[in-house]
Amino acid sequence: MSTATTSSTTEAPRRRMSPRKRAQRARWAQYAFLIIVLIVLISVSDPRQILKVFFRGDLVIDTLTQGLGHALLNTIYYTAGAFVLGLTAGTVLALMRLSQVAPYRWLAGIYIELFRGLPAIVVLLGFGLLPLAFPGLEIPFGTYGVVWLALGIVAAAYMAETIRAGIQAVPKGQVEAARSLGMPPGIANRKIVLPQAFRIITPPLTNELILLVKDSSLVYIIGLSAGGYDLTKYGRDLAQTNANLTPLVIAGLCYLVITLPLSFLVRRMESRAQRAR
Amino acid sequence: MNESQSWDSSPVPSVVVEVNNLKKSFDEVEVLKDISTTISKGEVVCVIGPSGSGKSTLLRCVNMLEQPTDGKVLIEGEDVTDPDCDIDRVRSRVGMVFQQFNLFSHLTVLDNCTIAQRTVLKRSAAEARAKAEDTLARVGLEGREKAYPAQLSGGQQQRVAIARALSMDPDLMLFDEPTSALDPELVGDVLAVMRRLANEGMTMMVVTHEMAFAREVADRVLFMDGGFVVEQGPPEQVIAEPQHERTRTFLQRVLDPTHVEPEQ
Ligand SMILES: Nc1ncnc2c1ncn2[C@@H]1O[C@H](COP(=O)(O)OP(=O)(O)OP(=O)(O)O)[C@@H](O)[C@H]1O
Ligand SMILES: [Mg+2]
Repeated sequence: MSTATTSSTTEAPRRRMSPRKRAQRARWAQYAFLIIVLIVLISVSDPRQILKVFFRGDLVIDTLTQGLGHALLNTIYYTAGAFVLGLTAGTVLALMRLSQVAPYRWLAGIYIELFRGLPAIVVLLGFGLLPLAFPGLEIPFGTYGVVWLALGIVAAAYMAETIRAGIQAVPKGQVEAARSLGMPPGIANRKIVLPQAFRIITPPLTNELILLVKDSSLVYIIGLSAGGYDLTKYGRDLAQTNANLTPLVIAGLCYLVITLPLSFLVRRMESRAQRAR
Repeated sequence: MNESQSWDSSPVPSVVVEVNNLKKSFDEVEVLKDISTTISKGEVVCVIGPSGSGKSTLLRCVNMLEQPTDGKVLIEGEDVTDPDCDIDRVRSRVGMVFQQFNLFSHLTVLDNCTIAQRTVLKRSAAEARAKAEDTLARVGLEGREKAYPAQLSGGQQQRVAIARALSMDPDLMLFDEPTSALDPELVGDVLAVMRRLANEGMTMMVVTHEMAFAREVADRVLFMDGGFVVEQGPPEQVIAEPQHERTRTFLQRVLDPTHVEPEQ
């Protein structure tokens, strides 16, 4: 690629290449580079060794049968609960952020800045240790409750900003039409603005759901009983006892089983929105 | 402004809108300087004037989409500028049609026409539906109940917007340049609906640049410029024989270059 560009600048008058030809040449150079890298990688690697470390047959069977389904379900439970909580609290926060009442705006602003700035793992740790600080305190639904609260509180901060942007993207004329028909502000919000806002932000919200699926892998930090293992903790335990990466690979694939369809959905919604425009 | 007495023909008109010394400023800019007018039941008033003269602002002050800076607006005797006034209840009797249609894009045509009936007037689903189907038929859109606004032409969308307002059984209809956003060939359908509405006795306040429509349908034309009502009276007076220089200049600009005046 670099030879093509230097030659064309230094010897331009003598041997001028058409832009199309130059682009074609650059493309060939990139293919050639890729092939060389592949050849090098294959020649230095030992496929049998790789297969043994990453995909050992007996361990695949073990991982699949010793509770993978349960761990997968746990990951889904943790994520779904946090998402529902984040969405609900995020909507309330977004409405507060747009409120006529200034203290509501400040409170929501402080909350959002605070929890967007904190790593999820810190919040999780905090909630995990909360019963130590308040001996009488009992978070309902045990581990699930702790995870939902901690991840939901962080997710709410992100989602609030997304939802606020969505609400602001609804044309002003929609509210005016609703109000001109005699709808009070509350009904206009609930029946006209929010449904349209959520339609606008479905793709970014789905992206946030994907992030939440991955964030749920942090739950190991609060110390789980075997029944509460999520995919990561489950895969990691098996990988450690067997000194082999296969269980972790399987766990990773399970994440993809959840997230790839979601990404695909987002992509489709986005392209459809583009066509509608 | 003082001509308003001379053309007052009907003996005891019941007043639908009364605007008294209305003023409206945005920040430091005074858009409406001193507007007074009354609209009687069944009257069709067309508001004309150059861009930026405050026509939309006047219309929006009537149903309080804009908060007047000073003065009063009474709708059927009720002072809507009074903070104690239940503005939502008054608005449910005042239909408004916007230049940009403003249909609820997430709702079907039918739901656009029923949602306010259900939530504001508390009509039953069946009653609201029957009413909506009736008004949609009146604007010539029977059979399109299940469509979404985006699937309709601009002219059809504007007629849905009219049906949506009519579904509330309003006593007054406000139109803000209802045909300005339409392709020329779609303007006629909307004007026909408005003409029929006027003939049925609806009280209407119409901001428009359609001089032929104003001349044919209006009982009174109100020419605004610079935040004042410069001239008002029956269309044959204001449009055909304007008294004021500014009205003449405006009408020349609107009528001559673009339109061939229709023969009356
Ligand atoms: N929300 C607002 N904030 C600030 N200025 C405004 C606002 N709405 C209207 N104005 C100003 O008030 C003036 C009158 O506006 P208005 O929309 O009433 O004019 P109009 O007669 O309807 O004009 P057009 O024929 O272009 O619709 C304009 O100068 C406009 O810039
Ligand atoms: Mg206007």
